[in-house]
Amino acid sequence: MDSALHVNQLVMTYGKGKVTALNDISFDVERGELFGLIGPDGAGKTTLFRLLTSLLIPDSGTAHVDGFDIVKDYKEIRRRVGYMPGRFSLYQDLTIEENLNFFARVFKTTIEENYDLIRDIYVQIEPFKKRRAGKLSGGMKQKLALCCALIHKPSILFLDEPTTGVDPVSRKEFWEMLKRLKERQITILVSTPYMDEAALCDRIALMQSGKILSIASPVQTLANYEHLLYAVRADGMYRLLNDLRAAPFTERCYAFGESHHLLPAYPNLSESDVRNYLDEKNYTNLEIEQITPGIEDVFMALLEKGSEEVA
Amino acid sequence: MQLLLTFIAKEFKHILRDKRTLLILFGLPIVQILLFGFALTNEVKNSRIAILDHSTDEMTLQIANRLSASAYFDVDRMLQREEEIDAVFRRDEVKMVIVFPSNFRETLLHTHKADIQLIIDGSDPNTATSILNYATAIINDYQESLQGNPSLPLTITTETRMLYNPQLKGSYNFVPGVIALILMLVCVLMTSVAIVREKELGTMEVLLVSPMRPAILIIAKMVPYLVLSFVIVGIILVMGVTLLDVPIRGSLPLLLGESLLFILTCLAIGLLISNFTRTQQTAMLITLLGMMMPTLVFSGFMFPIENMPIPLQLISNAIPSKWYFYVVQAIMIKGLHIESIWRETLILTGMTLFFLLVSLKKFSIRLT
Amino acid sequence: MSEVDNKTIPPVISVEGLTKQFGNFKAVDDITFDVAKGEIFGFLGANGAGKTTAMKMLIGIWKPTSGEGKVAGYDIYSETEKIKRNIGYMSQRFSLYEDLTVWENIRFFGGIYGLTREELREKGSALIDRLGMGEKKGSLVASLPLGWKQKLSFSIAILHTPQIVFLDEPTGGVDPITRRQFWEMIYEAADRDITVFVTTHYMDEAEYCNRVSIMVDGRIEALDKPAQLRKDFNAESMDQVFTSLARKATRSAD
Repeated sequence: MDSALHVNQLVMTYGKGKVTALNDISFDVERGELFGLIGPDGAGKTTLFRLLTSLLIPDSGTAHVDGFDIVKDYKEIRRRVGYMPGRFSLYQDLTIEENLNFFARVFKTTIEENYDLIRDIYVQIEPFKKRRAGKLSGGMKQKLALCCALIHKPSILFLDEPTTGVDPVSRKEFWEMLKRLKERQITILVSTPYMDEAALCDRIALMQSGKILSIASPVQTLANYEHLLYAVRADGMYRLLNDLRAAPFTERCYAFGESHHLLPAYPNLSESDVRNYLDEKNYTNLEIEQITPGIEDVFMALLEKGSEEVA
Repeated sequence: MQLLLTFIAKEFKHILRDKRTLLILFGLPIVQILLFGFALTNEVKNSRIAILDHSTDEMTLQIANRLSASAYFDVDRMLQREEEIDAVFRRDEVKMVIVFPSNFRETLLHTHKADIQLIIDGSDPNTATSILNYATAIINDYQESLQGNPSLPLTITTETRMLYNPQLKGSYNFVPGVIALILMLVCVLMTSVAIVREKELGTMEVLLVSPMRPAILIIAKMVPYLVLSFVIVGIILVMGVTLLDVPIRGSLPLLLGESLLFILTCLAIGLLISNFTRTQQTAMLITLLGMMMPTLVFSGFMFPIENMPIPLQLISNAIPSKWYFYVVQAIMIKGLHIESIWRETLILTGMTLFFLLVSLKKFSIRLT
Repeated sequence: MSEVDNKTIPPVISVEGLTKQFGNFKAVDDITFDVAKGEIFGFLGANGAGKTTAMKMLIGIWKPTSGEGKVAGYDIYSETEKIKRNIGYMSQRFSLYEDLTVWENIRFFGGIYGLTREELREKGSALIDRLGMGEKKGSLVASLPLGWKQKLSFSIAILHTPQIVFLDEPTGGVDPITRRQFWEMIYEAADRDITVFVTTHYMDEAEYCNRVSIMVDGRIEALDKPAQLRKDFNAESMDQVFTSLARKATRSAD
């Protein structure tokens, strides 16, 4: 068993089987891989993290972390994994330095011993090391939490929505840090609700309602989805959306930032077909453009399909 | 060991940095004791008393004069018959009736011994105690002035009868009561909240996913509150003795030892509560309703247990603070030794072990 | 609606030189902007840039240190009560009572804004229908999925048809499908001439706005249509525009 993570048919329910949090999940993560879990709230991401960090026991199925069983060998697992739960789990009334020292001690190590690993991140917050964690910005808390999770040099890092509620600049810096950690052969499992972050992972698992809808690299994900897509914009976006949805050629249409994305019902729909239809309706500043689908378009389609199946 | 020390240091930081809670923890017992001390010394001046003098001799008159000359008492009336005593109390006209037996002076001079009966309205225990103390002091004082001839020891004994509240629950109960309450507050409430807070913060998850043993976490959470409680017990005792003149008649080490035992009981309960709760709010509610209220009602601190219906008396046996309260009272007020309270001590020890075992067993190495 | 002519219709929010100072610290430093009626105005900035402070002055919770401002035609110093009556507000943290039912929430918040019993019944039912929540009317809000809560919360914020609705990070933690549905509701509100003033962390969402302003260290460093900003900053996405501006920030975000 050489993979860093081997998950086999995991099932997890809450409330005596009433709520299914995870429904038959299987996947493998290679050593040194940056593996993303993406999906809406309630998809089961946090439950999966808690199972893999030995905090919960599955109803059925097995999982191995670094070759160790998550139920039987929980002690071994707890020595090897770094875990950053959903909220930044720091002591608000302790300073940066005190938090880090404390967690180092808990893992029977010292800051000095593994300073090399956290240096890149720690230097950014070190100037504020006497400041209490409760008084830090989201981005700084996130960096501190990552340092705390790394302090014992784990072989696998579990990061549960580390970028939620953090501003875009900090988010970007955070992903750069993850890249550097990956270079050091640390396996990283990270979950996020941000679609744009998916593109930064080696592979992504898209989750919904306790199931994995797809696992693929970003490039593959796009390659698997070849659809004609138009971006349409004009003044009066709300009316435009309603009109496009009512159009006979529309399979699906959704707001996508500045434009609406239009998924045609047949593959040979031309730009002028759309224009002709809209011209009758007196739009000003109408722009229509054929575009290549992005990751978010793909996920939208998959999620939409997923929820139809559930319903 | 190193880890344990780090952990304990961290807990102390949490406590010391939360200035507001700290202020409440230390302020509360001080305020309670001060308030009580103030109320105690307030009312005893110019208490009205009545005298029923069956003897009416030189000595009884002198004693009556001394009483009425003091700032504490006003002799409101002289009674003629025993039957009147009940009536004056019932109409709340006097706080105390002093009864001199017939031939008081002769009895004293011939047998060197005489009795004076003090009948006191015990419904307000604080006042009653003070009145008793002052009256006894004045009579003793008079007795000493009679000792002109040392070869002739004269003893006036006072026989006290408290009306309405024969055991005079009150002032002396207050100090043990406050100790029990505050220990409940500090140990049960603060410990459970401190552990549950880690659950709320999410740090518990990180700690669980670490090689650390749960026992370390538990001990580390307990030690600071144990120290804190001990300091508070000390403060209350010192204040009780100096400000309220509450005696410590028994052995101080024994008293502290029993307090340590009770602190452990409370810590174990706090730990148990934290096992079953997820939010600080719930932990607080459970402690207040499940622990503080029973302590107030069933420990004998506010209401005498003997007067309760049997079912309630039985329930009171399950309340740890009842036993601690009894023990403290026994040591401080009655000056009893371990021989007399070993049963209560054993019960408390049993409870402590029970709670500790249950909570250790229930302490999950996983999330539930 | 994006091309509302600012000249003929007076702006619904108009702010000049607005400043809020805490001691020596200028949380909001001399900001000036107008928001037109029916516009979707994105108010962006990193944590600590002063967004929340600025917003609190606009909705009449905090008094500015200096500067002028009118919201919904009322002065932000002297007519805060009138402002409050003419705006809707939805924050990420507090939106609805979890232990009340959907209908009880609607009734309560409608009551706060002085809707009559008739209006409540009429607008409330319309709201329920629009959200397709007919079956959930009597369910506790706590039992709804996050996305539904947010939609309900937004609908309630505009139940009294305010002139402006202020949204503070409304889409945090919601999946992309729900987020889109949420933005459709915002489009619809704007279509009904309700001005939308929204702060967000999601830079891609900035693209839904007619105009966005980006605050850095208490000042507005950029204000324009998203397309124009991308052109000005030679960037592919709003994310890049934001990053290049925010990297200049000197204020350590607290």
